[in-house]
Amino acid sequence: MVLEYLTAPLWSPYLAGVGVGVMAVLSFLLADRPLGCSTAFVKTSGMVEVAVRGEGVKEHPYYRKYVPQVDGSWMIVVGIVIGAFLSAMLSGVFALAWVPPLWGETFGYDPVVRVLVALAGGFLLGFGARWAGGCTSGHGISGTLQLSVNSIIAAAFFFIGGIATAMAIYGVPF
Amino acid sequence: MLTALHKNARAQLLIGLLIGIGFGFFLQKGGVTSYDVIVGQLLLQDFTVVKLMLSAVIVGMIGFYFLKGKEMALIHCKNVTLGSVVIGGLIFGAGFAVLGYCPGTVAGAVGQGWLDALVGGVLGMVVGAGAFARLYPRLVGGILARGEFDIRTIPEVLRVNEWVVVAVFVVLMLAVLYLLEVLGL
Repeated sequence: MVLEYLTAPLWSPYLAGVGVGVMAVLSFLLADRPLGCSTAFVKTSGMVEVAVRGEGVKEHPYYRKYVPQVDGSWMIVVGIVIGAFLSAMLSGVFALAWVPPLWGETFGYDPVVRVLVALAGGFLLGFGARWAGGCTSGHGISGTLQLSVNSIIAAAFFFIGGIATAMAIYGVPF
Repeated sequence: MLTALHKNARAQLLIGLLIGIGFGFFLQKGGVTSYDVIVGQLLLQDFTVVKLMLSAVIVGMIGFYFLKGKEMALIHCKNVTLGSVVIGGLIFGAGFAVLGYCPGTVAGAVGQGWLDALVGGVLGMVVGAGAFARLYPRLVGGILARGEFDIRTIPEVLRVNEWVVVAVFVVLMLAVLYLLEVLGL
């Protein structure tokens, strides 16, 4: 029974969502911190900068706020990679691939094109997440569940920007 | 409050890792570590992302306010600042659609084997976040502080018992999920 669940390729999004909700609550209880992902990326950029340009980088105002170091919030992202890998291995869906099906059908299967566009998208995502002070998990789930007005507005604009851009790329589907 | 645990840096590394493993496991099992599912949501054709997020918020909201009532959890909210969340939200949204992953699901996509998420997404995000850090001193007193209001949470604004607001939100979110099922979305 348990094994059947662990090896199922896909769960109901409701069941998976309940699991995510429990993780968000555990983060408040055990770490006194909202479950979020985007600070790990700015900490990484800080750590790279420190490695290249020296310790002085830590005096920069943003890196005084988000200290470039390996801490609990950074380990979250390492954990996500491991957790998704375990899940994919258990269900036998782990596979190395460059081009997602929907992208390939529309724009072709050249990995270079896909990676260049992903780089641009990643840049906007990392930049926008720090500008907004959080991402789909920090604002969208952890902020919203605290009934934070700021986070609810942020989540709405994540989707407004996302829907408008997706429809600009793929066309309005109806 | 488990204050001693919160201050134990070594324990926090392990807790972060374990919570992340659970988070990544559920994201992958829920299907949201796929580009097609995320873009399908943004094209309003596949509602997996909304279903997963709303279920997480329902469970999380009840759990969090229960812990808060027991003085086991604290509110971590900032004031409303429109210059930050509206503009940042729109930039994030554009990246969300162009990349087809968000900061959590991009890590999950890497774990599942998507190399566009690793070579493009993660690298782009680190560079983008670093670029924001560089610009931050010029933005902090200006646009990022525009439209600030002394508003944190809905129960604080309405000055009502927080469980009333939680109950209303849970019912509304369940109604949205029910509607999605009825419409077959």
